[in-house]
Amino acid sequence: MRAAVNRRRLGIWAQVIVLAVICLVWVYPLLWIVSASLKDSLGVFSGGLGLIPESTHFENYARAWEDAHFGLYTVNSVVVTVGTVVLVVLRCALAGYVIARRDFIGKRAVVAVLVATLFAPHGLTIIPVVELSDLMGLLNSRTGIILALAGSGHVAAVLLYAGYFRRIPRELEEAAVMDGAGFLRTFFRVMLPLAGPVTATVSVMTFLAAWNNFFLPLVFTFSRPDLRPLSVGMLAFRGTNSTDWSGLAAAGTISLIPLLLVFLVLQRYFVEGVAGAVKS
Amino acid sequence: MNIVTREGAVTVSGPAVPARRRRLATRIWSERWAYVFLLPTLLLFGLYTVWPIISSLFYSMLDWNGLGAERSFVGLANYREALADPLFWKSLGITLVIIAVTVPVRVGLGLLVALVLNNPRLPLAKLFRTALFVPVVTTTAIIGVVMGFIFDPAGGPVNQLLLDLGIVDQPVDFLGDPGSSLWTVMGVHMWKWLGITLVYWLAALQTIPATVYEAARTDGAGGWASLRYVTLPMLKPFLLIIVLLTAIETMQIFDLVLTMTNGGPYFSTLTSEVYIYQQAFASSTPRLGYGAALGVLFGLVTLAFTAIQAIGIRYANRARSTS
Repeated sequence: MRAAVNRRRLGIWAQVIVLAVICLVWVYPLLWIVSASLKDSLGVFSGGLGLIPESTHFENYARAWEDAHFGLYTVNSVVVTVGTVVLVVLRCALAGYVIARRDFIGKRAVVAVLVATLFAPHGLTIIPVVELSDLMGLLNSRTGIILALAGSGHVAAVLLYAGYFRRIPRELEEAAVMDGAGFLRTFFRVMLPLAGPVTATVSVMTFLAAWNNFFLPLVFTFSRPDLRPLSVGMLAFRGTNSTDWSGLAAAGTISLIPLLLVFLVLQRYFVEGVAGAVKS
Repeated sequence: MNIVTREGAVTVSGPAVPARRRRLATRIWSERWAYVFLLPTLLLFGLYTVWPIISSLFYSMLDWNGLGAERSFVGLANYREALADPLFWKSLGITLVIIAVTVPVRVGLGLLVALVLNNPRLPLAKLFRTALFVPVVTTTAIIGVVMGFIFDPAGGPVNQLLLDLGIVDQPVDFLGDPGSSLWTVMGVHMWKWLGITLVYWLAALQTIPATVYEAARTDGAGGWASLRYVTLPMLKPFLLIIVLLTAIETMQIFDLVLTMTNGGPYFSTLTSEVYIYQQAFASSTPRLGYGAALGVLFGLVTLAFTAIQAIGIRYANRARSTS
């Protein structure tokens, strides 16, 4: 009996060791980027896979932030991401609410169109989106990027809100109406606050998608380098400065750190957002 | 046909038409707030998703060399050219090879790790999950650029390690050699996205109630028996969903390829979306009409995949509800 218990315990620890090795391989490239950002150019070459720099060189960050304009790119990424998240939460919550609660003419058509366009790949939509933005004078602007990022897709967010609002008991709304609240007040004072968990998940997933987006801002900022977000800026940096490896590593660290901090704090919502795709 | 109006009076078919119209108007008016709430989504989604899908069909029939440039109608010429274009077929083939290689690995490895992590007695399970999920949240374009120098033949850390260990005597040009470039891109792609597939499987595992395992244990089933006869059969309906979700995500691979190899060398990593991008935006004479035609053809392939998914999920749901 004791032998069996011991064997099981041994098995568990073998699993832990194998997993630990895999996980180390998994996070190693990210650790290496951070360490390379603190080395000098020579140290990056000679250091191989080593993580500890011989001497620390914070001037790499100054170079990336100032000379390579990553300060500017960070501002652009923040503006575009915040704008997109606010717009997506608002429009998806509003749409999800009326789809869940109101019985209006044309509802089935709206839902059918939303679901039918789920397949559309970027390669299919990008040319008309660029043409349309150009015609509206929004091609070379952050507003144009925000509208395009917030406007396309996000069907899952609408459906998530609709599913949540459908489960909230109607009595709550009726009570609000009895108290004299109108449609708008009922939504903003009663229903939207109740949907906090959905708003958290949608915000976090939209944050991730907007911050990491590359194809759309790449095409939108061809003639306006000063509007590039971090993802596009990194490609441009390599194009002009392909030998400055430590500067490149510092730029990469600047781009990834805010993202990883948000992830570690709000991990639960990331995992819920991803898992939702399977459960539904 | 009789219609009961709101006052409760019954009207016959003759004068019912205006009454019905009025009723329709009343219904729309009474739900006016619903339409106001829908307006932002209708407007934005219409402009940025529905309109592009429809107008692509028109644009794909144009000879059109750049925004604001002259454009002329050429009918189906772009489609004829695309179907005879070896690079179109090559890019589609490469996209499908990436799916055929990376999806089974991600789904298989993801399941294996999920089964291990799902054991409540496993220490540090949460930490392991976090570590494997971290690459998922990173910016793909940044990772692509950084991987370019991690795999660099002249002093990149991977080559240094291989040289130091004596595994190779010459640096390997991972991304510059058409024989290894696609494999390197696929390797990084799997590293980057395994965490998503893992979380899919963990979500699927959570649908199995603990009582099922307890019942299996009281029936005398050991670890392997309960895995073989309880866990795996109950996960079966999810297999199809997870395979197809992963495959459709992979179809649109773009950021990583563009930043790591730009489709090269010698088109060895040219995926469909990269080819569309190059034709429409990145060549010296942009061909927006041809790019749109490629986009429509690629959209049809994606649609076929999505249709399979819809059918598969319905099948899986039926299997789940009967079991």
